[in-house]
Amino acid sequence: MDFFFDFSAEAPKLLQLLIGVIAFLAFVGLMLVLLDRAPMKERSWGHSLLLLGPALALLAIGLVVPGIRTTLLSFMNGDSSQFVGLDNYLWMFTQPEAITVLRNTLIWVLLVPLLVTAIGLVYAVVVDKSRFEAAAKSLVFLPMAISFVGAGIIWRFVYAYRPEDANQIGLLNQFVVWLGGEPQQWLQEAPTNTLFLIVVMVWIQAGFATVVLSAAIKGIPAEIVEAARLDGATPLQMFFRVTLPSIRPALVVVLVTQSIGTLKLFDIVRTMTGGQFDTSVIANEMYNQAFRYGEAGKGAALAVFLFVLVTPIVVYQIRSLRQRREA
Amino acid sequence: MTTIAPSVAVKTEPKTSVGRVRKRLTSRTASLIAVVIALLWTTPTFGLFLSSFRPEDDIKGSGWWTFFTNPALTLENYREVLFGSSSSSGRLASFLINSVVITIPSVLFPLALATFAAYALSWTRFRGRDWVYIGIFALQVVPLQMALVPLLSFFSQGVEVFGITLMPAWNLEGPGQFIQVWFAHTCFALPLGVFLIHNFMSELPGELMEAARVDGATHGTILRKVVLPLVAPALAAFGIFQFLWVWNDLLVALIFSGGTADTAPMTVRLAQMAGTRGNEWQRLTSGAFVSMIIPLIVFLSMQRYFVRGLLAGSVKG
Repeated sequence: MDFFFDFSAEAPKLLQLLIGVIAFLAFVGLMLVLLDRAPMKERSWGHSLLLLGPALALLAIGLVVPGIRTTLLSFMNGDSSQFVGLDNYLWMFTQPEAITVLRNTLIWVLLVPLLVTAIGLVYAVVVDKSRFEAAAKSLVFLPMAISFVGAGIIWRFVYAYRPEDANQIGLLNQFVVWLGGEPQQWLQEAPTNTLFLIVVMVWIQAGFATVVLSAAIKGIPAEIVEAARLDGATPLQMFFRVTLPSIRPALVVVLVTQSIGTLKLFDIVRTMTGGQFDTSVIANEMYNQAFRYGEAGKGAALAVFLFVLVTPIVVYQIRSLRQRREA
Repeated sequence: MTTIAPSVAVKTEPKTSVGRVRKRLTSRTASLIAVVIALLWTTPTFGLFLSSFRPEDDIKGSGWWTFFTNPALTLENYREVLFGSSSSSGRLASFLINSVVITIPSVLFPLALATFAAYALSWTRFRGRDWVYIGIFALQVVPLQMALVPLLSFFSQGVEVFGITLMPAWNLEGPGQFIQVWFAHTCFALPLGVFLIHNFMSELPGELMEAARVDGATHGTILRKVVLPLVAPALAAFGIFQFLWVWNDLLVALIFSGGTADTAPMTVRLAQMAGTRGNEWQRLTSGAFVSMIIPLIVFLSMQRYFVRGLLAGSVKG
C-alpha cells in the first residue's frame, strides 16, 4: 500500500485558515482603534453599541431570526411552498413512527439526568477525601473530552456481535458467553437498544456530575458536618440529612443541564444506529426530515417542539438569574 | 457510602469493636464502589486503544483481552487510516487538517466578540442593559436545531425582503466553505461565551474602572490593560469549552461543511465510516483515537480552567 497524501490539496485550506486568522486580528484591531478614538463620557450609546453591536448582529442572524423562521416553516409543507396549518404537528403526535421518536426522547430525558446525577453523586461521595481523589475524578471526567462520535465508536466496539460459534470481540457479549449465555445483537432489539445507547450518554456525562457535585460537597461548612458527627450520625444519615440538602442547588444545576443536553442529543444515536431499529430521537429525526427527506416542515415542527420542551427551563433559569442579580 | 475521611476517622475512632467493624465495612463498600465505577469508565476506552494497535486479523478474530496471552502490535492501522490510498481507507489526515482549520477561527471569533459584548454589558451604561443581558442568557438554552434550516438558506440564498435583496447569496465554494462553518459556530457560541465572561467581568471592583477613567483612559485602554489580564482565566475556560465543542461537533459540521475531504472535519468522516464500514474495526479504532488525541491533550493540560468554566454553571447547545 502506498501513501496517499496530496499536499497541494491541503495548501488552500491552510491559506483559508491564514485568511481567517488575519480577519480576526483585523477585526480586533479595528474595534480597539475605534474604541480609543471615541471620547469618554459617562453615558454614551456609541461605546455600548460598538462593543455590543457585532455580537448582537450575529445573534440576530444566527439564532433569533432563524428561530422565528423555523417556527413559521413548521406550518408549511415539505418544500415550504404551501401553508398546511397544523398538519406537521398532527403528524408528529399521531403517526406511529413519530410517536416512537417521542417515546424514545421521553425515555432518554427521564433516565439520563437521573442516572448521571446518581452515579456522579455516589462517585463524588465515595472518592471524597480519599488518597487518590484527583486521579479518580480525572478517570471518570476524561470522557468529557471525547466526541460523542468517538464515544459511539468505543461503545459499538463493546457491544460488537459475533455469531455463537465464533470468537467474540465485544466485551459485553464475551461476558455473556462466559456466563453461559448466547451473544446478543444489543443495538438491534427494540426497546432495550435505547437503554444501551443511554449507557453511552451516561458514561460521557457522569464526570460532569462528579466534578460539579464534588465541588459542592467540599463547600459544605465543616461546622455542620462536625455537629452532625458529634450527634452520632451514621454515614447513611450523614448522607441523606446533611450532604443531600446542602448540595441541592448543585443537584438542580446538574439535572437541568443534563435534561437540556439530552433533549438535543443527536450524535450518539446517529453514530451508533443511525436512528434505525426504533432508536431515533427528536434531534435525529429532525435532521433526517429536514436534511435527508426534504421535509422542512416536519423537521421544523420537531425543532419547535424541542424548543417548547426547553422553554420551562429557560423561564426557570431567567427567574433564578434575576434573583441572583437582585441579591 | 460514607462521608468520613480517613484523617478524621482516626480522631473519632469508635470505641466499641462492633462500631469498628461496621466502619471498616462501610469504607470497604465505598472503595469497592469507587473501583467498580472507575473500571467501568476506563475499560471501554482502554479496549479501543489497545485494539487500535493490533493487526487487522487479530482485531476481527479475537477479543482485545486475548492480547495479553497473544501479544502482537502494529502501527499499520494508523498509517492506513491517516494516509491509505484506497477509497475505503480513512484518509483522515485531510480531515484532521479540516478540523484544525475549522476549530481555530471558531474559537477566536467568539472569544473576541463575547469579550467585547460582556464588557459593554458590565462596564458601560445604557438603558435596557439588563434586558439585553437576560435575552442573551436565555438564548443559551434555545436548541440550535431551531436555527439550522434558515441559517443554511441564509448562506445559500441570501436575504430578500419584499423582492429587495438585502444580502446576496454567499455562494461559497472550496475552502471558502469554511467561512460558513466559522460563522455558524460563532453565532451558536455567543450566548454561553457572553454569559461566562460576563460572570467574571462584572465581579471586578468598580473602583478599578473609575480610577482608570479618572486617569483619562478610554474604554479601549481599560479593556486591554485592566480588564483582560484579570479575566484571563475566564477566557481560558470559555476557550477550552468552545474548542472541545467545535472539535467534537458533528451536527453543525454535517450541515454547513459539505461532507467531503475538502472541508468536513474528522467527526463527519468517522460517523461516515461507522455507518458504511461499521465492521472495519482496524480503521474505526485507530481513527477514533486520532480524533481524540488532540482534545485529550488540551483537556488534560488545562483541566483546571475547564472545571472552573463548568462550575460557573453553564448550559450550551
